[in-house]
Amino acid sequence: MSQLSITLLRLGFLLLLWSLVLTAIAVLRSDLYGTRVVTRGRGRTARTRDDARAQKQAAPSRAGTGIRTGAVSTKERTQGHLAVTSGPLKGATVPLGAAPILVGRAPTCTLVIEDDYCSSRHCRIFPEDDGWRVEDLGSTNGTYLGNQRVDDPVPFREGDVIRIGATSLELRS
Amino acid sequence: MATISELRVHRGRRAEAWLLVLAWAIAVLARGLVDYHADFLELDELGWYALGAAGLAAVLHVALRVLAPDSDQVVLPTVLGLIGVSLAEIRRLDFAYADRGRDTDFGDSQIGWVLLGALAFIVVLVVIRDHRVLRRFTYTAGILGIILYLLPAVPGLGREINGAKIWIGIGSHSLQPGEFAKILLVVFFAGYLQTNRDALALAGPKFLGMRLPRMRDMGPLAVMFAAALLIMIDQRDLGAALLFFGIFIGMVYVATQRVSWVVIGLVMFIVGAVAAGIAFPHVGARYDAWLHAMDPDVYSSGRSEQLVRGLFGMASGGLFGTGLGNGRPDLVPYAESDFIIASLGEELGLTGLMAILTLYVILVQRAMRTAIGVRDGFGKLLSAGLGFAITLQVFIIVGGVTRLIPLTGLTTPFLAYGGSSMLANWIVVALILRISDQARRPAVRAEAKPETTPAARRRPDLEEEPAE
Repeated sequence: MSQLSITLLRLGFLLLLWSLVLTAIAVLRSDLYGTRVVTRGRGRTARTRDDARAQKQAAPSRAGTGIRTGAVSTKERTQGHLAVTSGPLKGATVPLGAAPILVGRAPTCTLVIEDDYCSSRHCRIFPEDDGWRVEDLGSTNGTYLGNQRVDDPVPFREGDVIRIGATSLELRS
Repeated sequence: MATISELRVHRGRRAEAWLLVLAWAIAVLARGLVDYHADFLELDELGWYALGAAGLAAVLHVALRVLAPDSDQVVLPTVLGLIGVSLAEIRRLDFAYADRGRDTDFGDSQIGWVLLGALAFIVVLVVIRDHRVLRRFTYTAGILGIILYLLPAVPGLGREINGAKIWIGIGSHSLQPGEFAKILLVVFFAGYLQTNRDALALAGPKFLGMRLPRMRDMGPLAVMFAAALLIMIDQRDLGAALLFFGIFIGMVYVATQRVSWVVIGLVMFIVGAVAAGIAFPHVGARYDAWLHAMDPDVYSSGRSEQLVRGLFGMASGGLFGTGLGNGRPDLVPYAESDFIIASLGEELGLTGLMAILTLYVILVQRAMRTAIGVRDGFGKLLSAGLGFAITLQVFIIVGGVTRLIPLTGLTTPFLAYGGSSMLANWIVVALILRISDQARRPAVRAEAKPETTPAARRRPDLEEEPAE
C-alpha cells in the first residue's frame, strides 16, 4: 500500500471513531433536548392549571414522591385544587374532582408525601355537601387544621391549611 | 426539585444495531492497521476476527432484545467501540514487545477476557431481572465489599505486584478483588443511603450559606474516610482510596442534594492526602514525581520516568497521532495497562483521545439519565453510583497520566489490559442496562404486564416505602 493510502486510512480511522461518537449523540438528541423540565418550589405558590396538567404528564422525579396520575382526572368537574405550600413537594397541586383524595406515604395514595412524620395512609380529603372534609386515618403524628388536631371528619374550606409533618396543604378555588 | 416529562423513547433497538455496525468497523479497521504496520497482515485472519467481532455484537444485541428490550441503545455500542480500539492497541504493543525480544500475548488473552466479560454481562441480565432485588443484599454487599478490599492483605493469599498489594493469587492467576468490591460497595451505599437519606439531609446549623449536617450524622462519613485511609496506607493504593471515597461523596450528594457534604468530603480528602504525603514516604514520592516530574533528579531516579515518557509519547502524537501501529508507545513502562491512554494518545493523537473520552462521557451520561428516569430511589442511587464509579476511575487514571493529579494505579475501564477490570466493568454495564430497562419501560406496558416483575409484587420489602 502506498504512503498516501495509509495516511488516508489513518485519518479515516479517526473519522470513523468520531462518527460513532456523533451518531451516538444524534441518537441521544431527543433525550438531551426533548425533555421538559418543570421546576417546582422556589417560593412560588400560585399555580396555573397548565402546570398541574404538565405535572400530570411528568414522571415523578423521586420515587414515591409526586402525584399519582390517573387517580384524578381533569375532565371531571373540578372544585378547585389542593396546593402544597411547604415541604418536599412544595409547589405541586392536585386538582380536586368528585373522588376523595388519600394522602400518605404509601405509593397507592393520590398524594404521596415522603416524610418521616407522615403515615402510610395519613388522611383523607373527600367531598360532602358541596364542600370538602378532611379526616385523619389514625396517623401516628396527626393531621392539623390550623392549630387543631383533626380526628373525625371536619369541614375543609377554601383558604384552610392542613399540616402533615413538614408539608402544608392549602385548599384553593 | 424538578420533574422531567417522560421522553419519547425510541422503540425497538434499530439505532443500537446501526451503532454496533460502526463499532464493529472501528474494531476491524483498527486491527487491520495494526497488523499492516507490523507486517503481519493476513486477510484470512482479519476476516475471522471480523466475523468473530460481528458474532459477539450480534449475540449481545439479541440478548438485549430478549432480556432488556427497553434498555438504553447507546451503551453497548459505546462499550464495544472502546473495546475494539483497546484490543488493537494491546495487540500492537504485543508486536512492539516481540520486536524487543519480550514474548507477550496480552492481545489474545484480553480477547478471552472480553468474551468472558460478555458472558458475565449476559449472566447478570439473566439472573437479575429486577434491580430492586439487590436492595435486599444491602449489608451483605457492604460486608462482602470490605472483605474483598481487605483480601490482598491476607498473608499467603495476597500478592504484591509492583509495590501495590491489590492482588490475590489463585493458582497461577492473579485477581484484583478491588474491582469487584467497587460494585458491591455501590450497591451497599445505594441501599444504605436510600434508607438513611432523610437523616443525612436533615437540617443542621447554617454556615456560609450551606446547611451543614448534624455532628452525629457525620458518623458514616467518618467511617468511610477511615476505611479509605486504611486502604491507602495498607495497600499503597491511592487510586482505590480516592475512588472509594469519591463514590461515597458523590452518592451522598445525589441522595441529599446538599453541597455541604461535597465540600466537607473534599476538605477531608485534601487534608488526608496532604497528611499522608508527609507521613508516608511512598505517598510523598508520588507527589514529588507529580510536581517535579521534569526535574532531572526526579527523572533519573526513576520516579517520574514512566510519567514523563508517557507525556513525551502523547506530545509526539500531536493533533492527529502517528497512526495505529506507527508510534513507539512501548517505550513507556506498562503501556498496555496503566498507560494505555498515553499509548492511544500517541497513536491516535488528541483527536482520537478526545473521541475516546467523549465515548466515556456518553456512557456516564446514560447512567445519569437512567438515574433520573428510573422510578425508585434505590435504582436512582445505584445507577448514579455506577456512573460515578466510571467517571472517577477515568478521571483518576487519565488525570494521572496527563499529570493533572498525582499518578495512581487504576485501570482504565474497557481499555486497559486486565481481566478483573474487564469482568467488573461488564457487570457494571449490565447493571446500568438493567436499571435503564426499567426506567425506559413505558408506564402503560409496565402496568399491563405486572408479571414482568413478579418478585416486586409478592415481596412487600421491595416496595419503595415500608409500611409503618
